[in-house]
Amino acid sequence: MTPLNWANSLLACFLATVVLATLEAGAQQIRLTRMSMPYLLGTMVTANRNQAKIRGFLIHLVNGQLLGLLYVAVFHQLGHATVWLGALFGLLHGAVVLLVVIPLLPTIHPRMASAEQGPTGTRQIEPPGHFALHYGLSTPAMLLFSHLAYGAIIGAVYRVN
Amino acid sequence: MRRVPAIQEYGLIGDCRAAALVSRGGSIDWLCWPRFDSPSLFAALVDAERGGRFSLTPLGSAGGVRRYLPDTNVLETRFECPAYSIALTDLMPVVDAAEERNLLLPEHEILRLVRCERGEATIEVVFEPRPDYARRIPQLRDAGKLGLRVEMPRGLLVLRAENSNGKPVQFENGRAAVQLRAGEQLCLSLTFTLQDPAVLPPLGDHSRVSLERTVRVWRAWAARTVYSGEYRAQVVRSALLLKLLAYAPSGAIIAAPTTSLPERPGGDLNWDYRYCWLRDAALTARALFGLGHHQEAEAFVSWLLNATSLTLPKLHVLYDVFGRMPRPERTLDHLAGHGGARPVRVGNAAMAQTQLDVYGEVIEAAAHFVRSGNDLDRDMAGFLVGLGREICQTWRIPDDGIWEARGEANHYTHSLALCWTGLDRLLELHRLRHLPQVPVELFAEQRTLIRGQVDSMGYSKELQSFTRVLGGTTVDASLLLLPWYGYEEASSPRMRGTYRQIQATLALGKGLLRRYQGAFTQGEGAFGICSFWAAEFLALGGGTLREAQDAFEGLLRFANDLGLYAEEIDLETGAALGNFPQAYTHVGLINAALSIHERRQGRQVVPCGVERLANAEAHA
Repeated sequence: MTPLNWANSLLACFLATVVLATLEAGAQQIRLTRMSMPYLLGTMVTANRNQAKIRGFLIHLVNGQLLGLLYVAVFHQLGHATVWLGALFGLLHGAVVLLVVIPLLPTIHPRMASAEQGPTGTRQIEPPGHFALHYGLSTPAMLLFSHLAYGAIIGAVYRVN
Repeated sequence: MRRVPAIQEYGLIGDCRAAALVSRGGSIDWLCWPRFDSPSLFAALVDAERGGRFSLTPLGSAGGVRRYLPDTNVLETRFECPAYSIALTDLMPVVDAAEERNLLLPEHEILRLVRCERGEATIEVVFEPRPDYARRIPQLRDAGKLGLRVEMPRGLLVLRAENSNGKPVQFENGRAAVQLRAGEQLCLSLTFTLQDPAVLPPLGDHSRVSLERTVRVWRAWAARTVYSGEYRAQVVRSALLLKLLAYAPSGAIIAAPTTSLPERPGGDLNWDYRYCWLRDAALTARALFGLGHHQEAEAFVSWLLNATSLTLPKLHVLYDVFGRMPRPERTLDHLAGHGGARPVRVGNAAMAQTQLDVYGEVIEAAAHFVRSGNDLDRDMAGFLVGLGREICQTWRIPDDGIWEARGEANHYTHSLALCWTGLDRLLELHRLRHLPQVPVELFAEQRTLIRGQVDSMGYSKELQSFTRVLGGTTVDASLLLLPWYGYEEASSPRMRGTYRQIQATLALGKGLLRRYQGAFTQGEGAFGICSFWAAEFLALGGGTLREAQDAFEGLLRFANDLGLYAEEIDLETGAALGNFPQAYTHVGLINAALSIHERRQGRQVVPCGVERLANAEAHA
């Protein structure tokens, strides 16, 4: 098997993460959704709203980079990478986030309230609800589309040696 | 059919970003989130039937007695009757900067705490949000312990309510009836989230902590008010109001948090005041600096100099809180208006007018900034000199004057006096080395020309008074400000004559003044700030200290029971008219109180002008 092209893979993951974060932020700005991954990630480590967004953004970048390397590993195993394959992986990735990770958030997020208990002294962030619909009706579509774009960019940029 | 309470029946709560009007009956009838000038969520104030409201009323109550908790913007309304004693506390929670770093807080919140102190009562809760100026009737969705949710295109509104046992209140179509016995409490939290996942603060003890924190923050701020005169209570209340109307993220101060409260009962003088006018910039800066609220004053002047730079070299009459042009004025024909006064307007067409006095106002505000020990940076200096050049180019053209009368462009004496003031202050700032590069000859020459014009055409020997317009035969209350800007001494024969003429033609009794006589002002009430200008004029040397105090104390009687003023006062009833509460009336109160206090202390009292600037310099 050919050696991994690290520079190319890191670039692909970085570009994909930046586009993912931009799409999410853009959707928030035009009021398609109130879902904010940087905010949700950042409030895991701090209660300060402004700090949370900065730290959350950095965590989001690192996560995007690391998860992107998984895509790269799969492409490498398969021996080829294309936009369509990347988009398919991205769609699967988005579905996992939507169907598995998001429902787990009230359990794993130290500052998120649960629908059953309501807010408490430490857990005050609104939970996402089914398919993250509490954050806006367009949230599932936005999540799937932004992850699809993420995968497609890695598929397009990454070149198997 | 619901009746909307009179204007003075309202109190104001806020968090320096948005504000809500609460009626004596416990109803929030006006709320715009997330900003002062955002579309309303509750607007019963301008349409009792369809505007929307959020009311908490003990059954059988005809209204309460209210007060602000001392030195705070936390409103308490007490409903007393033989059967019960209920205390309703309304606030928008605020925190100080240090606490904010450690707390997860909602973007916007109103906290309403109801406590039964005696007997037993049923509290009727009505939650009728009507977003976008009541154009929409939204769906309320019960999310159990996560509250009653209202999804809107522009954000999420969540109402959560709990009784003393921590049990959520059950709503049906936005209504609930809650039984309270002595010692029991009902907590309601209304939050609004524009961008991120909402933060839903718990109720009960957490609400009480939030109340205590808010009280602490307001009291700490009020304690920084440097005023030891005899009107401290009224001055601090006015300062707290100014603080409420200051938009914290930018430093801008809006004129009032409401739109279209009528200046003429049932009439059409209904304007949107949720913007920032430059015409009172110097008066506002002096009030804030004079009370020692340097942080707010500096933020306000910085906003003036930075936000308005977007339109350089022209200055507009008004801006939104970020220094942008508001959307064009339009009428909301679906709303009935306060007391039937239509139309309800949003946006303000005055922004397209020309008002020459604003240049002098902004320059004078910057001079206050310097007097208070601040330096002008290079950009600010360049900006101010640019305003001076604009004055030189434009002072000969007719303008719309300080009162923005539509279709009455003319050469207003007050506007020209402010053009003189602007150039005079720039030359003084240059002399004191705060402005390095000033076209001294140009400014000095134009200053002389303006003064010549005002003295020859703006003063009538027949009337022995300055006149409203050049060559005119009537007066305007704004002429009382000429001594304030250092244009003419208050004790001069010309100013005493002007004061007499104003009293003869504009006084309405009880110390109240109208702004001027004209078709535009027919049927309107006395202007609050003009009446305070008259009291201050006396304090500045136009009369005796006793006369100034009598005039000032007479005006204090026209505040509502919370110490708040609207823009105008109804002559017959003393009722408030126009948008409410009005920042500039309170600015007038503060400045008059400061000048009276300085006069009493035997200190030099002219708030502006050369000597003041030089004195500050010498002191530094």
